Formats: sequence, C-alpha cells, structure tokens
Amino acid sequence: MKAGSHLEKMFAAGHFAVTGEMGPPRGADAGHIHEKAKYLKGMVESVNVTDNQTAVVRMASMAVCRLLLDMGIEPNLQMVCRDRNRLAIQADLLGAAALGIKNVLCLSGDHQKFGDHPQAKNVFDIDSMQLIATCKKLRDEGKLINDHECEGVPQYFIGAAVNPFADPFDFRVTRLAKKIEAGVDFLQTQCIYNMEKFRTYMQQAYDQGLTEKCYIMAGITPLKSVGMARYMQKFVPGLEVTEDFIERLKGVDKKKQGDEGIKMAIEQIQEVKEIKGVAGVHVMAIEWEERVEEIVTGAGLLPRPEIS
Amino acid sequence: MRLNYPSNIKIINVPCTGRVDILHLLKAVEDGADGVYVAGCLEGDCHYVSGNLKAKRRVTYVKKVLEDIGLEPERVEMYNLSAAQGTRFAEIAREFTERIRELGPSPVGSGAKAA
Amino acid sequence: MVVAESKPIEEILAMVADFDKILLTGCKGCVTVCNAGGQKEVGILASALKIARKKEGREIEIEEITLERQCDPEYIDQLEEPIANDKYEAVVSMACSVGPQYIAKRYEDMLVFPALNTTFIGGSLEHGVWAEFCQACGSCGIHNFGTLCPIARCAKSLLNGPCGGSAGGKCEISPEIDCVWHLIYERMSRLGQVDKMANVVMFKDWTTSRDGGPRKIVREDLKQ
Repeated sequence: MKAGSHLEKMFAAGHFAVTGEMGPPRGADAGHIHEKAKYLKGMVESVNVTDNQTAVVRMASMAVCRLLLDMGIEPNLQMVCRDRNRLAIQADLLGAAALGIKNVLCLSGDHQKFGDHPQAKNVFDIDSMQLIATCKKLRDEGKLINDHECEGVPQYFIGAAVNPFADPFDFRVTRLAKKIEAGVDFLQTQCIYNMEKFRTYMQQAYDQGLTEKCYIMAGITPLKSVGMARYMQKFVPGLEVTEDFIERLKGVDKKKQGDEGIKMAIEQIQEVKEIKGVAGVHVMAIEWEERVEEIVTGAGLLPRPEIS
Repeated sequence: MRLNYPSNIKIINVPCTGRVDILHLLKAVEDGADGVYVAGCLEGDCHYVSGNLKAKRRVTYVKKVLEDIGLEPERVEMYNLSAAQGTRFAEIAREFTERIRELGPSPVGSGAKAA
Repeated sequence: MVVAESKPIEEILAMVADFDKILLTGCKGCVTVCNAGGQKEVGILASALKIARKKEGREIEIEEITLERQCDPEYIDQLEEPIANDKYEAVVSMACSVGPQYIAKRYEDMLVFPALNTTFIGGSLEHGVWAEFCQACGSCGIHNFGTLCPIARCAKSLLNGPCGGSAGGKCEISPEIDCVWHLIYERMSRLGQVDKMANVVMFKDWTTSRDGGPRKIVREDLKQ
C-alpha cells in the first residue's frame, strides 16, 4: 500500500472502482458542501474536489476535502500548478497529509484567461508532470524538491488526469507513460464522447503494458441536453463529441434529454467496463450530483463493495 | 473636358498614392485642413501593383488616429478612380466637399483650407 | 529584438495634459525595426498630439529627436542641449521602457513618460505582425525541445506538454495561437527524436530568470 486510502484498497482488491467529483462553492457556505456531498456518500469510493476549476475562484479544495472527511467521505485533493509555486505546493501537500487527505490529483490547471480573474498572474513554476514527481519524492524518499528531509513523511495515492482526445493523438499514450514514469498511481481520463478513439487509446496503453503500471479510470459525464453536447463539441478545446451522441439526444423530447443523457452515461460505463485495462470510472456529474445514484445503480455498481 | 470642381480643393500631385504617408495626411489636418482625401487608381489597376492598397491602409490608420483624439474620421477618405474618369473626379470633389461642409470646419482649423 | 507598441493616444494625451512644451524622443534600435518608436513614429505621434491639442484650443510645442539608442548612456547625453536650457517641461520617450528610465536617471529633475508598452522579445512573422519567442529565462534549453521555446510560447510554460487543451495544433487559450508543444512534437518527429520526448523533464531552476531578482551581467574583460 502506498497510502492505504479507500480508493487504493478498492483497486488493490481488484474491484472496479468508482470516483465522483464536486466543485466547491463560490463563497464561504459550508452548508452547500454538505448538500452536494450527501448525494455522493456511499455511491463512490472517493470524491475529487476541484481546485479553482476553470480558473474561477472557489473555496479552497483542501478545506472542502477536510469537510468531506468529517462527513465520512474520502476526498481526492485536486491541485493545480497555475496558482502556486513550489513552496506553496509542497506546503499544501504536507498540510493535506496532516489533515488526513490521502489521494492527490496532480493537474496543470486551466489557463486563467477564461476564468473570473483573467487579470491574474499565473505561476506554472512546475508542471503537472513535475507535481506528480514532487508527491512521489515526498512519499518515497521523504524529501522535498530541494532534497531536504521531511520530519514526518506524507503518504499519498497519486493521481493525475489524461486526455485521450487532445492532439497530437499519437503522442497521447507516450504522455500517459510519462506520468507513470513520474510516479502516478491512478489516472482519470477526460470525459469520453468518442468511444472509438478511447478504445484505440486504451489498446495502445494495454499493448505497452501501461495498464499494469497504474489504474486508469474512464471519465464519464452525463449530457444534460443537446445544447450542452454542442457546447462541449465546439467550445471545449481537447474534447471530442461524436455526432452519434448528439443525434441520440436529438431523438428524444427536449424535457427527456436529461434522462436520455443519464441512460447514455450508464451504457458508456457498461461499455468501458469491458475494455481491457479500464480499472474504474470517474463520474463527473457537473452540478448534477443528485443523479449520481441513478447512474451508479443503473450501471450495476451498487452497492459498493465493503472493504476493510 | 472642362469640368468644374469646387475651388476649395487643393491638389497635391504624387507619382502614385503609394507615396502618400500617414504623416502627410496628419500634417494636412494639423495645419488646418477640414478634410483630406486620397484619389488613387482603381483597385487592381495600380501601376506599381499595390500602391493604392497601401494608401488605403494608411487612410484607415489615420481615421483611427483621428477617432482616438476625438475628431471625425470622415474627414479623411480614400477614393479610387481611373485617370480616364474626369467626370468621376469632379463628382468625388463635390461629394467630399459636401461631406466636409456638413461636418463643419475642423476644430483644429487655423484658416488653411483643404488639401 | 524587444518588441513594443504605442500606448493608446488618449493615455499619452493624459500624461502630457499639464504641459505645453515637450521633448519627444524616439530610438533607432529595436523599436524602429518594429515600427513603434523610430523617427517616423515620432513624427506621427507628434502630429497627432498637436492636432488633439489644437482641437482643445491649447497648442503644444513638441520637439522631435530620435536617438541612436536609448539603452546606452552615451546617446542619452545627446539630450543634454535640449534639456539643459529648461525649454521643456517633460520628456516623452518612444523607446522600450529602458529608454525613459535612462533619461530619468540622467536628468534627475526632468519628468519622463513612456509612450510605448514594451511587449515582448520576439520577431516579425510578416510585415506588420510580430510574435513572442523568448522570455529571457537566462538559461536557454530550446535545443531540447526541437529548438522551440516552451517557456515563452506555451501559455502554461509547460516543460512536459502538450496539455489536454491542445486541439488541432492550436492552444486552448486561442485558436490564433499555435500550440508550441504540437510544433515541438512535429519537429522532433521530423528529426527522428520523438523518443527523447518520452523522458520526464524535471524542475527548472528559475534563479537565472527574473525570479532570481533583477539581473546584471558583468564582463570584466570589457569593463573600464
């Protein structure tokens, strides 16, 4: 065991794992977190807590992670390189460990250009690859980036994100391999709306033996409407939505598109479950936490296995 | 052809409108011209390939400068006509004079007229 | 070269609003090459300022002078004569921001204003178009990236790109900006060096960059 988190144990026991995600509020209301998180409790192994997602200021990920722990929910601390330099990153990593946070997700972070403070100075002192290496070094060597030994070595189950749909496609699996080399334990993919490309990607990863070296979780986001699908298709760089997704949503009454989206998400989970090397699913129901139960149930993943 | 055009127009000859610089246009305004226009060859007919297109871009630049400092950009204009279009030349001269008359004297004005 | 662009005229007009006599100084260095602060641009700005002030009924007297370079003290000395006899209330410099700082240092009692926004270290892509190529990190490693700089040209300065926002060769922040990591991948492929991209590039030492404090180069062999 690297950190002994619940998520890690589920993987180790060979279970098909499920993680969820929630965005902290744009304010100091802790009640909001309880409200959202209660829908995820018992549905997933652990919950990603975003870190100033899309460069919009929100309550600190670490604080929300601690609140989740208090609720009996295991958090995955997301950490981006956009807002902190290596001093702050390491300080936060040490603090997170002290608060009992065991899963860390290392990300570069969306550029602030489209966030709510586009005037901000970004940091990017280190990148996501180096952030993974930082966590690993802290954990395995008990040392900071500068080789200073830590008093009290933190334990992390190290995660990161991969996007099989960004360009250049031929380099994407190599980049996944780089994250493994840097020290990642589990990976969550970008939302999948191009199953063919995802299959090709996973096949390459499998053929190169990479799926033996880390746990790869397929990213699933239920589509709420044709509008949402079109928006993602046109305006989210590095995200691909094939026409069959849109056609299927178009085929039902507007009021029923949400239900259809949930149904499609369930089918996707069943589909990715059969792909070699997929160790779990990461369900990102953006502002739709209350429907997670339906998705997980529909996919036959409830109840979640008990594990000690 | 003895065509009449307004006498307030002062003509400055250049070998090609490509020779007209941003500064020439600005200086005319600075020295009190109420309006300045460049009469170039028809687009695609420049003897030096792109002189008139360059002039057009410079006119656009000067319009932007005038706008930035609170002067009407319409006081500067680019026209295209061929050397054979004498009637058109007189027409443009009347048209532009009329436009400037409507705008009124330039607030920069020191008495000097047109260019 | 250092690439700069003119500040909005309104901003410059506000800077000189209190003055009736100014000295407008251009520079024959980089800013002449990038058409921002050479002799020609000095003439255009002077004319535009004069037009604006005439319009307000309060004329401004502007002397134009374009120095060989404003980033060298010996050329700044050429302003001695126009400045010495107290003829001007302020100096407006059309050099990169080094120029106005040099002038202010040399003429301690003179008010000095920048007319340009110094933008980046770059080059021209075509006539009238310039782009950033270098961020002066002080420790060049572009040869490791297909001779393309990820620090200056990647929006996130990633050393292990491309990130998940790279789409169709373009950066996630704008379809107008090339994803430099896509270019790096293409070039490394052409050179048969893609395998090098499989190595994780570790932490960059930023001490040679601005992060190490204002920088200075001393060449003992040249010092007098």
